[in-house]
Amino acid sequence: MAETIQHEPAVLPGPKPSKWQRVRVGLATFIRRYKLAPYLMLLPALAGIGFVILWPLVQMGIFSFQNYGIPQIDGSMPISWVGFANFTNTFRDPEFWLSLRISVLFALVAVPGTLIVGTIVGLLLNRLGKKMSAFVSTSALLAWATPTVTASVLFFWMFNPDGGLVDWTLARMPHWLVGNTDWATYNWATTSAIPAYTMIALLVIWQAFPFVAITVLAGLKTIPSEVSEAARVDGASPWRVFWRITFPLLKPIYLVLLLLSVIWDFGIFTQSYLITGGIANANEFNLSLYIYAKAFTFPPSWGLGGALALILALILLVVTFGYVRASVKQGALT
Amino acid sequence: MTTVLTTPATADRERTRSAARSRARARKRLRAAGVNGLGVLVALVTLFPIFWMISTAFKPTQEIFSLTPHLLPAHPTLGNFRQVISGKVTGGIGGVWLFFRNSITVTLATVLIASLIALLASVAVARFRFRLRTSFLIMLLIVQMIPGQALIIALFQDFGKLNLTNDLTGLIVVYSAQALPVTIWMLRNFVATIPKELEEAAAIDGATSTKIFWRILMPLVAPGLVATSIFAFITAYNEFIVALTFLGQTHQDYTLPIYVQYFYTRGGGEWGPIMAASAMYTVPVMIFFLIVRRRLVGGLVAGAVKG
Repeated sequence: MAETIQHEPAVLPGPKPSKWQRVRVGLATFIRRYKLAPYLMLLPALAGIGFVILWPLVQMGIFSFQNYGIPQIDGSMPISWVGFANFTNTFRDPEFWLSLRISVLFALVAVPGTLIVGTIVGLLLNRLGKKMSAFVSTSALLAWATPTVTASVLFFWMFNPDGGLVDWTLARMPHWLVGNTDWATYNWATTSAIPAYTMIALLVIWQAFPFVAITVLAGLKTIPSEVSEAARVDGASPWRVFWRITFPLLKPIYLVLLLLSVIWDFGIFTQSYLITGGIANANEFNLSLYIYAKAFTFPPSWGLGGALALILALILLVVTFGYVRASVKQGALT
Repeated sequence: MTTVLTTPATADRERTRSAARSRARARKRLRAAGVNGLGVLVALVTLFPIFWMISTAFKPTQEIFSLTPHLLPAHPTLGNFRQVISGKVTGGIGGVWLFFRNSITVTLATVLIASLIALLASVAVARFRFRLRTSFLIMLLIVQMIPGQALIIALFQDFGKLNLTNDLTGLIVVYSAQALPVTIWMLRNFVATIPKELEEAAAIDGATSTKIFWRILMPLVAPGLVATSIFAFITAYNEFIVALTFLGQTHQDYTLPIYVQYFYTRGGGEWGPIMAASAMYTVPVMIFFLIVRRRLVGGLVAGAVKG
């Protein structure tokens, strides 16, 4: 591009270049001499990311050390620095620990669930004929394409005690299989955190397994089929073939999928907001809902919100660090 | 058996061999049937929620709350859709077309802005070696992991000061920036596959860099641009937390997800209209995805496998 054009524009005899033209040529030479082109091309992207992601992140860091409450928001009192008070208050709040526990437990269930279902479907797609494979992957694509809001509302409706399909089915199952709960009127969303997040886990797996399956399939296509065939001829069971051959070869892909899933599932907001009833149900807050509730329910505290956002960002950064390392190892930066 | 080959023995062996072969064939066929059966099962389970949404959308109220739910509506009706379109429903805040228009405006603007900015940046990263290149790439990887809920307070404050909350412009700015890291990351791979020699040849022929960009790079990178812009599309069309916070009670600016959410919390459990609204929000994007399917899968995998 710009730097590959080495020759100066030929000076043609004729009308003298106008002032504007001279400025343009001068500017172009300046950019070329100092190799500014890449920086100029990055400028809009940097400005956007800086304004919408980096600067707000810095602000959240600043808020977390301030007493940013209602009087400060409406401007009737000045903002002052309070040191680590927001953090100590947060760590003393049992609701914080409850929400953190829910977030961690949820990720511990949803992440392996997504990876296992995704892997099984990926392996299946690899074995299916062309037409069947297209059919299954298209239906998976549709689940993945469903907007999160629609998916949440839809699952809420399917798990609704009043006319929902799941409770109706469970109520007709034998007791030895589904226990003695009165399923016909069972409220998944508001009874307690466990059923609510079970439902959210199913929802998250439904939406996220297609991505895992397609990625695993792409990885499987890179493994020469002779390798696993040879193992199978030698009498290895499919289970052994997967753990001894397929998985080790796909390890880098799994690492990336694992880290991405942890990041996505740990911080889920939309699904839990819509299913557990917004920010009204403190018993079922995960970390994201807890942050939102601290910042936007009366009385709002942006200081506490900032501290919490920083805690969430730090937790995710630890995981992200692993993700960046894995990506760099795979040669992503070249 | 010590004798030399006798005819019956050969026949016998032949028979056992063919029996073994047919048994192997039967086993193979059985396994194929099992695999195909599993495939059908996975597809049906996956499609079921979507099917249920559409089925509910066409059911009259008494069927929705009937004691024995039926898979298909016995008396299909367009009543739910009519209610959603006219906006005359419990918790209604206007006909659905208004929110469609808002969502389409925001989505198209985001796709255009994000693609253009990302194209510039990805050419810079793929074509030039400069000092901060690696830092910039690592920054992209980190930044795409920061969730909206960690930033929403500061964003709400900043955009409030600029009078950009309660307004679609604010959403467009936020979504464009949020879509940038992944878009640049994916587009970079496409730009890198275009042979540099083409541009160099054009440069030798005296083309200016602007001309090279539009005449040579653009047409070649356009398919990649389509694939990567899908990510900006998803971001803008599906985003929830920023729109929820920014738009507050400004009903006329609601995007589709916020409209569906509002309707769902205020609709008093009228699942027919709620599912009709959800279907109207969802089905167009599904059709779109089916059309761009091939490119989508390629782009997705390129993004995921390469990091």
